[in-house]
Amino acid sequence: MDETPTRRMGFFTDTSVCIGCKACEVACKEWNDVPDDGFVFRATSYDNTGALGADTWRHVAFIEQDGRWLMSSDVCKHCTNAACLDVCPTGALFRTEFDTVVVQSDICNGCGYCVPACPYGVIDRRERDGRAWKCTMCYDRLRGGLEPACAKACPTTSIQFGPLDELRERAQERVERLHAEGRTDARLYGESPDDGVGGTGAFFLLLDEPETYGLPPDPVVTTRDLGEMWRWAGVAAFGLAGAVAACFLRRS
Amino acid sequence: MAECHPVGYQWVMEARQRGAKVFHIDPRFSRTSATVDRYLQIRAGSDLVLTGALINYVLSNELDFREYVLAYTNAATIVSEDFRDTEDLDGLFSGYDPETGRYDTASWAYEGDTGQTDEMSEGDQRHAEAAGSDSYGARGAGSTATPPQDPTLSHPRCVYQILRRHFARYTPERVAELCGIAPEQFAELAEAITANSGRERTTAWVYSVGWTQHSVGVQYIRSAAILQLLLGNMGRPGGGIMALRGHASIQGSTDIPTLFNLLPGYISMPHAHRHDGLDDYLKREGGDTGWWGNRRAYMVSLLKAWWGDSATEDNDFRFDYLPRLTGDHGHYATVMGQIDGTVKGYFVVGENPAVGSANGKAQRLGLANLDWLVVRDLMVIETASFWKDAPELETGELSTEEIGTEVFFMPAASHVEKDGTFTNTQRLLQWREKAVDPPDDCRSDLWFYYHLGKRIRQRLGAGQVDPTDRPLMELTWDYPEEGEHRDPSAAAVLREIGGVDAEGRPLGSLRELKPDGSTSCGCWIYCGVYADDVNQAARRKPRGEQGPVAPEWGWAWPANRRILYNRASADPEGRPWSERKKYVYWDAEAGRWTGPDVPDFEEDKPPSYRPPEGAKAQDAIAGTDPFIMQSDGKGWLYVPSGLADGPLPAHYEPHESPIRNTMYGRQSNPARRTVDRPENPYNPALSPRFPYVFTTSRVTEHHTAGAMSRTLPYLAELQPAAFCEVSPELAEQVGLENGGWATVVTSRTAIELRVLVTNRVRSLRLGDTTVHQIVMPYHWGYGGGGLVTGDVVNDLSPVVLDPNVYIQESKAGTCDVLPGRRPRGAALRALIERYRDG
Repeated sequence: MDETPTRRMGFFTDTSVCIGCKACEVACKEWNDVPDDGFVFRATSYDNTGALGADTWRHVAFIEQDGRWLMSSDVCKHCTNAACLDVCPTGALFRTEFDTVVVQSDICNGCGYCVPACPYGVIDRRERDGRAWKCTMCYDRLRGGLEPACAKACPTTSIQFGPLDELRERAQERVERLHAEGRTDARLYGESPDDGVGGTGAFFLLLDEPETYGLPPDPVVTTRDLGEMWRWAGVAAFGLAGAVAACFLRRS
Repeated sequence: MAECHPVGYQWVMEARQRGAKVFHIDPRFSRTSATVDRYLQIRAGSDLVLTGALINYVLSNELDFREYVLAYTNAATIVSEDFRDTEDLDGLFSGYDPETGRYDTASWAYEGDTGQTDEMSEGDQRHAEAAGSDSYGARGAGSTATPPQDPTLSHPRCVYQILRRHFARYTPERVAELCGIAPEQFAELAEAITANSGRERTTAWVYSVGWTQHSVGVQYIRSAAILQLLLGNMGRPGGGIMALRGHASIQGSTDIPTLFNLLPGYISMPHAHRHDGLDDYLKREGGDTGWWGNRRAYMVSLLKAWWGDSATEDNDFRFDYLPRLTGDHGHYATVMGQIDGTVKGYFVVGENPAVGSANGKAQRLGLANLDWLVVRDLMVIETASFWKDAPELETGELSTEEIGTEVFFMPAASHVEKDGTFTNTQRLLQWREKAVDPPDDCRSDLWFYYHLGKRIRQRLGAGQVDPTDRPLMELTWDYPEEGEHRDPSAAAVLREIGGVDAEGRPLGSLRELKPDGSTSCGCWIYCGVYADDVNQAARRKPRGEQGPVAPEWGWAWPANRRILYNRASADPEGRPWSERKKYVYWDAEAGRWTGPDVPDFEEDKPPSYRPPEGAKAQDAIAGTDPFIMQSDGKGWLYVPSGLADGPLPAHYEPHESPIRNTMYGRQSNPARRTVDRPENPYNPALSPRFPYVFTTSRVTEHHTAGAMSRTLPYLAELQPAAFCEVSPELAEQVGLENGGWATVVTSRTAIELRVLVTNRVRSLRLGDTTVHQIVMPYHWGYGGGGLVTGDVVNDLSPVVLDPNVYIQESKAGTCDVLPGRRPRGAALRALIERYRDG
C-alpha cells in the first residue's frame, strides 16, 4: 500500500440531478454491512429511514413542495474542523490520509461524546452494541483505489467523488450554469472553507434553503470555543486560587 | 422511467443537461415527474384522447413532415370503399358482429386488395380469434406491394383524408374534458413536439405498462406510431417509440417467446384446424412481398435447429412435429381452465401470478384446483405457498385440507449464478458470465429444462417408441455439459440460436438462411449473434473507444442494427435529411448505403430501384421504401389488417370507468375480451358505488411481485408497507389520515393499505365533475418469505383484456375507499356482497 499523503478527497452531491432511487443507501449498507434501520412506514413522502444515524450512513430526503419534489442524498460531512474527532477520548475517531474522518470500531468504547458534538447530528450510537458509527467514505475502498460504494452506484452522477479542490471547481461551474438557465435557487452548501466548520469534505448543491433539507443553515464546530473556554476557566481558576491565597495571606 | 428504470433514466438526465426538453404524462406524480421540464397529470385510461388530439393538431395545422409522409407511409394509399369509420358508425368500424363482439376485417383492406382478403379471410378469422394479432407475427398482415395511391392526398378514401376525418373530433377541449389537461398545457406539449420534429430535429416517445395494460392498450401505442410517422420520427436518430419492459430480458422472452401463439422470431404458431402442412401454413401466413416473403427460409431453419437430421424436405422438415393451437391458450384462459378442471398441471417459472396477475383470487382458485404445480423461483413465493397462506383460507373460500394440488418447488439460480444473455428494449443482447455457483439445490432454468428433457427422453426411449413421442425423441437435445452439476453450455445454446450452415459453421447474417434445409437457426432475427464463431453478445468495447452508436458493445438483432428502419434517416434520393441528423445514407460513388450503423436495407439497392412485375420478398420493395418488413414497404398510418379492434385508434373508456365516453356512443372497446364468470365480477361502468379511479404502479425500491425485494432488508426497509397515494381532497372527503389505513373495495375483493396523503396526486376537474385517483404500488403479498408483507393490490383488478394481445386492464379501474382496516373472514365476504348487490 502506498502510504504517501494524498489530496483531500470528498463528495459533491448535486441534488439537481438526484432521482431519489436510493441506490446510494443500499450500496452503502451492502458494502459496509450496515444493518437495516427497522421496517417502519413513516408516511413522510418516500422516506422510510428518517435521518442519518448509526444504521443509515446515506439518507435520501424527499421534500414535497407545491409542484416540486426535492430529493437529496445526505451523508457525513467529513468536516475540516471535526468536533467528533476533537472530543473523542480514545482516539477511535481519526483523520485519514485522504483527509476524511473515520471511526475505528475496534477502538470506540461507546462513550458517546461525539454524538452531541456533531453540528449536523450525523454520528450516532448503535443501540445493540453501544458504539458510534457513521460514514467512512468507504475508507477500505479508497485504500484499494476504488471510489466509495454510494458514488459508484449513483446512476445519474448526483454523487460525485474525487479530489475536493476539483469537486469545488466543478460545483461552482454547475451552479453558475444552473443560474444561467434561470434556476437561481441553486446554491452550494458546505463548500466554503470560511464556514463554521472550516468547509466540509462532503458538500452539496441544493435547490432551496438548507433548512428545507433538514440541514443547519450555519453550522459551527461545537468545539470552536473550547480553547477560549479553557483559557477563561484557567483565568477563573487562577483568580480563585489567588483569592484563596489572599485570604490566607491576610490571615497570616 | 426514473421510478422503474433508474439506470436507463441516467441518459434522460444527461439529455436534459444537454438541453433536451422532457415531458412526463402520467396519472401519478412520480420520481420521473420530479425531474422533467413539464409534468402533465392525466386521468388513467384517457391517453388516446390526448394522443388523438396531438395527431389532429399535426394534421389540421399541416405540421406533418410531408416529404417523409408521402414517400415512407401509406398516407396516399386508397382504402376499400366498403370501409366505414367510427365517424360513420358512432364508435364502431365496419365489420362488427355484435353477437360475437368481433370484427370481420375484410372491409378494412386497401382498394383492390380483395384477392388477398378472400384468400386469407376464412382461415384467418379463426386463427386471429385463437391467437390475437400475434398470429401475424412480425410481418403485419398480408397486403399487396403496390396498392392504388393518390400522391396529392386529396382522394376522400386515401389514408390521409380518412385520418383527418377520424381525428377531427380529438380537440384540446376534449382533452380538457376527458384527460383533465388544460388547453394551455396541451398547447405547450403540441408545440414542443412539432417544433422538435422535421429535418433537423427528432422527438422520441417512451412508454411502459401504463400504456399497455388497458383494454385498448395496443391502440395507445398505435396512436404514438401514427404521430411519429406523421412527424418523420421513425428510423432516425433521436426518434422512435421506446417500450420500457417490465424487467430484465422481457424483450428476449418475446423474441424467443414464452408466449403461446408465437415461435422464435415472431413466427406464428400453427393452428390445429387450419394448417395442413408446411406449404399450406406458409401460403396462409402472409404476403410474398417484403422481407417476410423469406419466411420459408426462417421456418425451415428453425425446424432444422430443433429436429436436425430428422428434418428433411421429404417430411416437411418435421413441420408436423410442432405443437398446434386450438384456441386462446393465454394466461387468463389457462387460469379459467384450471378453475374448470380442464388444466391439470402448471409450470410457473420466474413469475408470481398469485400476486402479480389480475384478479388474484381467480389465480389462487385455479392453483388450488390443479393436480400438480411446479414453481421455479428464488423464494417460496405466494404462488407456491397459497395452500397454506392464501387470503381465501381466512374467508373460508378455500381450506388447506381440501386443496389437492401437489406443489413442487424448485429453487432457481439468480442471474449472477448462471451464464446467459439479457436482451433489452433496444434489442441489444448482452452476455453475462456466471459470477458464483448457485447454492445448494438451486439450478438455472437452462439446467432444469435440459435435464428434465433428458430424463423424459430416457424414459420414453426405454422400450418401443410411441409415434406420438417421436417429436420429443428426435429433438436435437445434446449440448456440452459443464461442471459438477452438468450444466448445459449456455454459449452452445446461443450458438445454435445464431444459426449454422450445413457444415456446422456459424452463420454471419440472416441473409444466409436457406429454405432448402442447408442451414439451421434457432431464431432467425438472432442469426449472426455467433458470427465468426465468436459470441458477439459478449463484446464489451467501452463507449469511449468507439463512436456514439457503439456497434461493438453487445449485439443487437437483427444483424447488429441499432436503429430499425434506418433507411428512413435519408430522404427518398438517399441523402441525409439534414447534416445534423445524418445517419444512414446512399453513397452513390461506392454504390452502397453507409453510415455509423448497419443499414436496415439491402446495402447495394439504389434509391432508384423499382420492383419488376411479380417480384417477391425484398425484390418487391422499392429503393425508397424503408419499412421492409411490410408487404408494401410503408409505415402504416392505417392498418388494413392485423389488428382485432380497428384499423385506427379510437378512444374508449376503460371497462370500469366513472366517466361517460363523450367521444362516441360506445362506452368501451367493442372488441375487448371480457371473462363473464362468477369468479370475475365487474364493477358496472358509471356506478356510484365505485366512484374513484384506481391505477396500479411500481416504485423504485421494489421489484414486481416483491419476491426479489421484500425478502432483502435493505430494500424492504425503504418501502416497508403496502400503501396507496391519495390527494388531500379525497383524504378529507373519505376521512383518511396520513399514515393511517384505508380499505379499497372493488367487486372482486377489498384490501387494506397504509395511506400516504400527498399533493403529488391531485383530484382532476373534468368539466363539472371531479375525479379522484388512487395510486397503488403492487409489490406486496401475504408471504413469499417477505420481511414485509401486505395485501395484494392485483386482487382488486378485473380480468378484462385487450383483444389483440390479451393483456389485462390493470392500469385503470374503479373502486370505493373506506377509512380504516378491512373486515376479516366472513365479514369481508359480506362487505363485497353488499357492494355487488348495490
